[in-house]
Amino acid sequence: MNIELSKKLLDQLIKLSGSVSDKLDRQITLMEVCGTHTTAISKSGLRGLLSPYMELLSGPGCPVCVTDQTDIDRMLAFARLPGVVIASFGDMIRVPGTHASLEVERARGARIEICYSPHEALSYAVQHIDKEIVFLGVGFETTAPAVALSVMEAKALGIINYSVLSVHKLVPPAMKVLLADPELNVDGFILPGHVSVITGRKVFDFIASEYGIPAVIAGFEPIDIMEAISLLLKQIVDKKAETINGYTRLVSEEGNIRAKNAIEEVFEPEDASWRGFGLIPESGLVFKKAYAGFDAAARFPVEVPYASPPEGCSCGEVLKGKIKPDQCPLFSIVCTPADPTGPCMVSSEGACAAYFNYGDE
Amino acid sequence: MTSQKNSDIILISHGDGGLLTHQLLEKYFLPCFNNTLLEGLTDAASFPVRQGKMAITTDSFVVDPIFFPGGDIGKLAVCGTVNDLAVSGAKPLYLTASFIIEEGFPIADLERIIASMAQTCREADVMIVAGDTKVVGRTQADKIFITTTGIGYMLLEADLGYNRIEPGDVIIVNGPMGNHGLSILLERQSFSFDTKVLSDCTPLNMLTEKLLERFKGIKFMRDLTRGGLSTCIKEIALSAGVDIRLNESNIPIDDYVKGITETLGLDPLYLANEGKFLLIASGEEADSILEYLREDLCAQQSDIIGHVETGKGNVYLKTTLGGTRRLTMLTGAPLPRIC
Repeated sequence: MNIELSKKLLDQLIKLSGSVSDKLDRQITLMEVCGTHTTAISKSGLRGLLSPYMELLSGPGCPVCVTDQTDIDRMLAFARLPGVVIASFGDMIRVPGTHASLEVERARGARIEICYSPHEALSYAVQHIDKEIVFLGVGFETTAPAVALSVMEAKALGIINYSVLSVHKLVPPAMKVLLADPELNVDGFILPGHVSVITGRKVFDFIASEYGIPAVIAGFEPIDIMEAISLLLKQIVDKKAETINGYTRLVSEEGNIRAKNAIEEVFEPEDASWRGFGLIPESGLVFKKAYAGFDAAARFPVEVPYASPPEGCSCGEVLKGKIKPDQCPLFSIVCTPADPTGPCMVSSEGACAAYFNYGDE
Repeated sequence: MTSQKNSDIILISHGDGGLLTHQLLEKYFLPCFNNTLLEGLTDAASFPVRQGKMAITTDSFVVDPIFFPGGDIGKLAVCGTVNDLAVSGAKPLYLTASFIIEEGFPIADLERIIASMAQTCREADVMIVAGDTKVVGRTQADKIFITTTGIGYMLLEADLGYNRIEPGDVIIVNGPMGNHGLSILLERQSFSFDTKVLSDCTPLNMLTEKLLERFKGIKFMRDLTRGGLSTCIKEIALSAGVDIRLNESNIPIDDYVKGITETLGLDPLYLANEGKFLLIASGEEADSILEYLREDLCAQQSDIIGHVETGKGNVYLKTTLGGTRRLTMLTGAPLPRIC
């Protein structure tokens, strides 16, 4: 991070924010859609520095946080199956299901391997042909291509003991649900950089063109986020609404075609249930017929009863930007990173975890 | 069947207390650890004591992988225990070392570990004076576990404790944070980064002894192992009943560690170190301590990273942007993010 440049930009941003809130005679509300932005904003202290001028709300951009409670319970049911080894990103390990977490199931004897990529899970499957390896496919457009590639590779190599539980989610459909909510009170969106690297800028055009709300794609350095906020403020004051690419060094208009092709080869969109949002049309990814053999949900048809989030858990309200994490009655009293009630408190990209771990004075 | 005579791996018989155990000691442990207190192989080592207070500590080492850039489980087992004594204001003298080895463990690896322990003992000027070896069946342990117990005497000059920490005191660290934790994580997961991150694993007692002899204003010391700087500072703030303010710009972190941790979504302030400590000292002596530290090879990147205020156990970090964020204790293992 270029500290001098960042500080200079911060001074300019604070001046601009002050003049915009004076001009509008109200505080601006912006939403950072991506959980990594939420964490970066909290960690750098930007939230506190800008709080006199604007409210920065967290959105539905943490893949762990939007995972439905029933899907979490399904993962735990898989972990209990004999001969099954669960391969998962570390973020999922401590997420509470209705009666346990993967961490608790591991202590009870389940085999859980923490992976840093689906390819690693596939390699594990190659090395352990006597075991069924189920990779937990949690993530947005960012993660889905690597998962798709691992499945394509497994098919090419004839590997039959590797499967994926696909609970992937797509960001644009969730944005549409958010934007259609009459209670949404957001002046502009900071759009996710990593997701946009795959999707491209154009898929987010509807935010400005259909709903008249400015949006800027941002990278993850504080300097990127500050630039995106400046671009949003300028649009707000000029009463303009565009979806601007503020992360041109990595995001193109059309996105990463190869990655998108990999997703299309293996998956197709289907309605999916999001924590806090409910069923969102065409917002999930399920296996196409040609790859159905790698679908863990079909391969291990476990009975999992419908599960609601625990009583009092407001993760859903946090994800929709209706409340800030510290407005949840459970925040830091009942729900803490050491003993989380909902995933927003345990995921490294979770808004509640960011507020708890990096809160200001 | 493998001839036991020519075996290059650990067999269950190496731990049964019989001839093979004896051969293991004679051939591998004694040549490296040999000293007058150990050579009799008596049931207990006896040594002279001096007046004052003794200090004792014990720790088990179960690190995976057992060999990592900058160190290995043996070096760690010596440094960890020596450093616990060192930051308590003690001069470490003797160690015991207890080995639990998994059947089938390569003897060549055991040799490497023993040689590394012996070398680290020489650097720290301590002796391994007693030990134990057990061999367990395959899968009953993960390769090798080592427990070391260290004993030493409290330096007369040392007067360390939470009760001495007061507002106005400053916090100094002896170098960049997070290298050990990151080196282990990268080695464990085989990430393909161009830069090799070396563990900072090193004995600190020579440095701490010199510091305590010279500077009476040192009030507290702690090595920054698991949980990293953040967890340690939070524990201190809570135990001493004070607030602590840190300045992010002054906390030394190597650029490549910063880059890799940013990419993986990790925070170097929560990663383990094995050759880093913090000390809390009166503000008056801070600059002289810093100057002295920076002359030492182990501590050239030392810096004053914050100060103590009246309070109730909060730790605040002033970010490089000028904002403020709280620091807390580590919850669970540091894991890279999904996105």
